Parts: sequence; C-alpha cells; structure tokens
Amino acid sequence: MTKMGFAQAIESALAYAMVEDENIIIMGEDVHTLRINLFARFGKERVKHTPISEGAFVGAAVTAAMAGLRPIVEVMLVDFIGVAMDAILNQAAKISFFSGNKWNVPLVIRTACGGGYGDAGQHEQSLWGWLAHIPGLSIVVPSNPADAGGLMLSSIYEDNPVIYFEHKLLADYLLDFIGIGGRTTVSFDVPEQGIEGEVPEKWKPIPLGKLYQMKEGNDITLVSLGVSVHRSIEAAHILGEKGISAEVLDLRCVVPLDIENIKNSVEKTGAVIVVDEDYMRFGLSGEICALLLEEGLSFKYGRVCTENTIPYSRELEDQVLPNTKRIIDEAVKILKK
Amino acid sequence: MVEAEVWQLYRDMLRSRLFEEAVTDLWEKGKISGEMHLGTGEEAIIAGVVSQLEEGDAMAVDHRGTPPFIMRGIDPVLILLEFLGHSKGLCAGKGGHMHLFSKEHLAASSGIVGSSGPAATGFALALKYQKQKKIAVAFFGEGAMNQGMMLESMNLASVWKLPVLFVCKDNDWAISTVTNNVTGGKLIDRAKSFGIEGYEVDGTDVEAVWKVVNEAISKMRNNGGPQFIHAHCVHMEGHFLGDPLLRYYRDPNMLAEVADSLKEYSGESLNEVLLLLRKIGGQLKKKFDPIVFTQKKLKADADRLKQIEEEVNKEIKQIVNKALDIGGMKND
Repeated sequence: MTKMGFAQAIESALAYAMVEDENIIIMGEDVHTLRINLFARFGKERVKHTPISEGAFVGAAVTAAMAGLRPIVEVMLVDFIGVAMDAILNQAAKISFFSGNKWNVPLVIRTACGGGYGDAGQHEQSLWGWLAHIPGLSIVVPSNPADAGGLMLSSIYEDNPVIYFEHKLLADYLLDFIGIGGRTTVSFDVPEQGIEGEVPEKWKPIPLGKLYQMKEGNDITLVSLGVSVHRSIEAAHILGEKGISAEVLDLRCVVPLDIENIKNSVEKTGAVIVVDEDYMRFGLSGEICALLLEEGLSFKYGRVCTENTIPYSRELEDQVLPNTKRIIDEAVKILKK
Repeated sequence: MVEAEVWQLYRDMLRSRLFEEAVTDLWEKGKISGEMHLGTGEEAIIAGVVSQLEEGDAMAVDHRGTPPFIMRGIDPVLILLEFLGHSKGLCAGKGGHMHLFSKEHLAASSGIVGSSGPAATGFALALKYQKQKKIAVAFFGEGAMNQGMMLESMNLASVWKLPVLFVCKDNDWAISTVTNNVTGGKLIDRAKSFGIEGYEVDGTDVEAVWKVVNEAISKMRNNGGPQFIHAHCVHMEGHFLGDPLLRYYRDPNMLAEVADSLKEYSGESLNEVLLLLRKIGGQLKKKFDPIVFTQKKLKADADRLKQIEEEVNKEIKQIVNKALDIGGMKND
C-alpha cells in the first residue's frame, strides 16, 4: 500500500487507464492547467482544453463515445451542468435504451461538487440526486483516495454514461484553486480521512453499486456519501460516547444504489438517518426511505440534508450543510420517538 | 455631440479601483470567503457604459459585478457588508460577490458564464413592452461569446429589435485558457451576422469607450435594436484573486517547481505550459492599466489628480470602517 491524496489518486488511476487504452481522452475547460501532468504526459490530442461551451463539448463527447472513444469530459463545477443538460438528459442517458441496447455511450462526466468554503449556491451544489432521477446514468460519489481511484477505473470501464463527482473539500488542488487562493488566513473543515489515505500498489476497479461499511453499529444506521460520510463518522463517535451505537455506510454510488446492504443494516438497527449534502426534497434521502418501505421494513427514519439554496455567508452556510451536530441531534431525536 | 467628462469618469474608475483594492486586502486577511473575481483592468469599459445609463435602465452583470454596481450608485457599504457575509449586506449575506442584486436599479448578476445575455434580453423585452424607452446592458467576457445562450440572445434581441447593449470585455483569457486557441473567427463578425451593429474599441481608453457607447446608446434610445461593443482590456489579477497562473508567474520558485515536475515529459506540451505561464505576466504591464492610462491623459493638472485621489482614498477608508463597524469586525 502507498499513500496518496484524493485528487492524486484520481489522476493516478486515469494515467493507468490512459496507458492501457488509447481511446481514452480528456476534454474540458482549462484541462491543460488543471491536469497539467496528464497534459504534459499524454499531449494535447488526449488532454484537450475547450472553450466555455458546455452544451457543445459535453454533447460532442456523447457522440465521440458512440463512435469509439472513451471520453472523460470535465464539467468544471456540477453547477455548470445546467448549460449542458440536453446532452445529458436527452442524449447520453437515452441512447442505449433507444437503440435497443445496441449502441452504448462509454462516457465519464467528471465534475467538482460540494460546499463548505464560502462560494454560495451557484458554485457549491451537489445535484447527484437530481441527476440520478434520470434513468440511464450511473452516479459515483467517492469519499476517500482508494475509492476515488478504484471507482474512477470502474467508471471508465463502464459502457454507459457515468457522472463522477469530486468533492472540493477532498480534492486539495480544487480547494486551493477556488477556496484558498494561496491564502494562509482561511481554514475549512476538511476531513483528514478523505483527503489522504492508503491506495493499492496497482489500481483495481471497485465495482459500481457496492456500498462500504465504514463503521459497525447496532442502534442506528447512518447512510451517507462524499464528505458527509466523514461528518457521519465523527457524529457516530460522539453518539458512541452517549451510549448510542451507530453504523455508518458509505454509499459510494447513488446509481446503482446498493439497497440490499442498506436494508440489511436497517433490519439490524431498526433506525436510519440519510446524511446527504444534496437537496433534501425529492432526492436520495426520500428515495432510500421509499425503497426500504417497499422492502416491507418498519424503521425509525430521519434525514440531514441541504434544505435550501446554499448561502454565501460562511456562518449561514455551515448551518445549511449537513454537519456533525445536526446528525447527532437528529439521531437523538428519532431514537427517542 | 456631448463630450465625455473625463474627470468624472476618472473619479468613477478610481473609486471602483480603490474599493476593490480594499476588498483585496480583506480577502487576503480571510474576512471575505470563496473566490473573488475583481474587475480591476476593466474599469474604463464599465465607466464608459454605466456613466451613460439613466434611471430605469437595466443591467445584467457577470461574475465581476463590483465595478458596475459601485458605478451605478449602489451603496458601497452595503456591497462590502455583502462580501463580508453580513446580514445587513446588499443581499443579506446570501449572495456574495458573484450574486449581487438590486431590484430598484434593475441590476442582476450571475456566476454562470454567458447568462447575462438572456438576462439583459429579458430586461429589454419588459422595458420595450412597457414603452419605457430604456435600455438593458449585458456585461460579459469574450469567453462567454462561445456560450450558445449568448449567441442565441443576440439573435433574439436582433429579431425582436430589443434595446440590448451587448458589452464584451475581452481580456484574451477564458479562465486559464488563451481565448484565441478556443475561438473561431472574429467576435464582431458574429454580432454583425445577427444583424447587430458592432464597435471595436480599446477598453483601456475610457474616452474612446464613452464615445462609441454614446453613439450606440443614442441609436438604441431612438427605437433601435441591439448594439455590440467589443472592448479590449486586461485583468490585473488574472481570473480571480490567487489565480494559480499568476502565482506561478510572480513566484519564480513555484514556477521552477512546476517546470521541474514536468521535465520528465519533454516536448511541445511542456513548452506550451511554460509559454502560458509567461504569457499571463504580459498583461500586468502598466500601459494596459486604464487608471494609469487616464492619469497620463490628465497629467497636465497634477494638483487636481492628487486632490481626487485624496478624496477618493478618504471616502473608501470611511466605507471600509463603516462596514467593519456595522459588521462588528476589526481590520486586522
């Protein structure tokens, strides 16, 4: 095992795959600087910087994938995906189905997400639930370096579109680029376990749709993903001191959703809280509850999510995003019921 | 024809510059969070346009909203409180610098590249429908000229003969990409192909900007359709404060580190990267600074220049102190 940063692991897995398969290309805004090492190593034909034209280059990536390439197209921040929505909603997601599964779209859309550094609600959204609503897309949200690399490899090998999320609090270069800007006067609640960690000597794909049990527990299940996994772990330790044994599950993927293992956990604990940085209404948290009910389970339920547009003010932002205190309060509240 | 009042324009520009320098100081001290996209370097364009707006005209602004909001007469204390994330800020601390709004000024911003095109077009639609003889301005960078929504807006404004002034502030960089490398043809030809009259102008020269904008706006107020201004400028702080390319350029050690990490991959890609880093430094030359440029024009009256600088300096200090005072913050 060797240690790597979150973003470094993604890059390492990408390089591994790009050496293996010449049909993998990267395209997106500023990739010649954001992916400077890959750019220098693989050249400008394989790491192509684009104009600020998400509608055009994401749309073009869809058909480039249909014609034999395996593009990794970058939407700098997931908030900007609105500009490219037709390519995703009506093209990428539907082609395999419409063609009678005779034509695939091996496309990865890599995009940065998440808040916690004061950039307001047009640059800090998560949106995975919104995108997961569309049939035909896989949605990947890693929480640590080993998963980031292994899940990227699986995303590349997947024959249909995957949206791969990279949280800005986990990827050091992104946080510096967009939140720190070289300053020493600012600090953020960066999860240590997420930004750096052990990775395998040789990359192996981690299958999509398999959650990971981060911590075992008996009284309540905390289901989470991305940075919220680390908030949940922290909350679970504090709950432990209060005599509440919490199990923490890292979903790793929104689609495919590992409902089987969520069910197994909730059957054991009888209580579940979904901790989701994405919007609360009509999203992942409600979906998990619905699926568990459909499975015939009876359980106590709560959710800690982002309930409204993310405010610019750091103070307000910290209250709006899922945080450790909100998770603990919710757990105590629902277990009392 | 009315002449530009260069002294007033200079004061407007300087006020915006010194305000943004104060913002820079607070950002560096960590009192302002997130990104900070300054408009330093594009003040002559903003002053040349905003000084000619009337009450009731609308403004759709990109992620560099500070200069147009300051020059439109919106209270700088409220703007600064907004940047400080305070509940008494212009947008209650919820918007921040990329999402400034003032309903009474019909001024709206967005951090999504290209979105000021449709925004100004809709403002103009409402103003024309209400027979108000007012205009709407869209401020955007040349990078936004590659967004479909911007080009679609130009077409819409053209066929509906809407009074939209499309103001393209061209600094040659689309975030960290050299625009020429990702842009086909000439921007002014794009506007013309939609049937929109276009002007190309040196955006460092506030008088020159004022003149072409005056001509364009006069036509628009007489029931004319949209007009396009292509003004060339630089950004003194790159894409945003802490721009990594500028950091590399300014710190030879950082640059050496990057070059060193790339040296195992010899060849054209590495050279391109190094060229990029060198190129960004090119825009920092004083001759491209619209404030310096205007000061040179006005240097015959050195006393008046000095007096204005003192007055504006004093005003900005008062603004900062007042905002920090209301916010219960210290300037340390």
